[in-house]
Amino acid sequence: MLETRGLCKSFGALEVARDVNFRLERGARHALIGPNGAGKTTFVNLLTGVLPPSRGSVLLEGEDVTALAQARRVKRGIARTFQINQLFRGLSVFENVAIAVSERLGTGGAMWRAVGRRADVIEETMRLVRMLRLDVDAGRRVAELPYGRQRLVEIAIALGLNPRVLLLDEPAAGIPSTESHILLDAIATLPKDIAVLIIEHDMDLVFRFADRITVLVSGAILAEGTPAEIAANPEVRTVYLGSALDG
Amino acid sequence: MKAASDFAQRHRLRWWEALPWLAGIGAFFVFPNYLAFGTQVLITILFALSLDLVLGYAGIVTLGHAAFFGAGAYTVGMLAAHAGWTEPLSGLLAAAVVAGAIGLVSGFVLLRTHGLTLLMLTLCTMTLLEQAANMGAAWTGGFDGMPGLSFQKILGVFGFDTLYFRTQYLYVLALLFAAFVLVRTLIFSSFGQSLTGIRENLLRMHAVGAPVRSRLIVAYAISAALAGLAGGLFTQATGYVNLAVLGLERAAGVMIILILGGYGRLYGAFVGAVAYMLLEHVLAKAYPTAWQLGLGITLITVALFARNGVIGIFDSLRRRLAGKTRGSAL
Repeated sequence: MLETRGLCKSFGALEVARDVNFRLERGARHALIGPNGAGKTTFVNLLTGVLPPSRGSVLLEGEDVTALAQARRVKRGIARTFQINQLFRGLSVFENVAIAVSERLGTGGAMWRAVGRRADVIEETMRLVRMLRLDVDAGRRVAELPYGRQRLVEIAIALGLNPRVLLLDEPAAGIPSTESHILLDAIATLPKDIAVLIIEHDMDLVFRFADRITVLVSGAILAEGTPAEIAANPEVRTVYLGSALDG
Repeated sequence: MKAASDFAQRHRLRWWEALPWLAGIGAFFVFPNYLAFGTQVLITILFALSLDLVLGYAGIVTLGHAAFFGAGAYTVGMLAAHAGWTEPLSGLLAAAVVAGAIGLVSGFVLLRTHGLTLLMLTLCTMTLLEQAANMGAAWTGGFDGMPGLSFQKILGVFGFDTLYFRTQYLYVLALLFAAFVLVRTLIFSSFGQSLTGIRENLLRMHAVGAPVRSRLIVAYAISAALAGLAGGLFTQATGYVNLAVLGLERAAGVMIILILGGYGRLYGAFVGAVAYMLLEHVLAKAYPTAWQLGLGITLITVALFARNGVIGIFDSLRRRLAGKTRGSAL
């Protein structure tokens, strides 16, 4: 569904993506792991069009989207969350999600009809707010919410775009462990044909969620396989997981 | 879900929204000798409202909005002086179209930038137009401007009243109302919501697939057209136009008015313009040599203690009262 071919990115002499050949299959539950500074977020930025690659290409369902701007890629079904929350902090939770829903429904530029009259926007926003169990906070300004609750708003916005490919950059960071199941529940309710790529440091979550794992080290793919294969890979254990899986 | 019903109803008219218009009509009868001043206040409200659309809602920081006010003012002036086009409503339409076109073209170039760069470029655009008006004396009257302009009756019925400004006052009030309805409609539409989103978080708006730049350019052009309308009204109401319509003083003044009233609040333009111009008027009468000192102290006080302007003070009072009511109900 989403593929990169020979993807490279350099900032001067610093290579942050090195010849990355990656495939995200339709309906995949794929995790991208790697130590800090491995280039995971840069990779997401390359996939979404925030950064242009130095070389290589990004393909969505076989079509080259490398030259497309971020907004155009979103329209084609690539949605993301950010490692650090990127929300409309002065607006309510409901408004945050409604903005995404309006854009997805193609009504974001409509000038003459009040957005409050758009039943389709309101109903879809309500569904997402409920799905992420944000009902009690729906009327509150996002800036007033605890960080963990804000993470759920990030995910509600991404889901509001009804993506075909969903890229979640450390979605559980900052979410209390007692609430991380909300995140997994929300992902579990997604249609099976949506491909989800998750970048996460929480190995418990990664191994519960993913059916395939890619390990990125210094901008290059070190290993890829099923969770069992990755857990058994001696290189991965040495370079990244260390003793985490020994215990 | 309460948030959903609030969202669905927020565009509905509230009773107090009639107050500014009732006050505007009331002032016509109560202060018949101050209608020239009142006309200037109404024109300033319209100008501030146009700025609020871009500065308050879309977050476009501009210090050159008088460029569009001036473009509208000179369009009406030059059409009347050189083409004999003195029909008022079509003159205003031309003013709005010319200013809007300048907004569209300059926005296309300028809105690639942000922050201080954008601020400087908007200022430069205004200065360029000001110098063009100064140098094109054959068309614009140069430094002296174009005095003694006269216009046909509005709709062929209502003649301009150069002594008491009765016609001008009602004419400007009616057009301000029409412009306000337009801005209010835009603000509560999906388009307005997306402008607020751009102001709040540009990165996120790109990531939800919004065509950010084109939305900003459209908002900028609409705002420019409204500022041009205000400028055109200024020329028609006063019968003259000169370089002051394009100056930094006017551009900075309208920004101060918006900050004083409260930007991004729709009615901030009304409160700010009335408060600023009344204060200026009263202080200039009371202290002819040092009135700007009083104005400066007032503005510093507002900037320090009422960041969201006068409307913000009312908002926080209302929230406190609502909180107390809820508390006692519980």
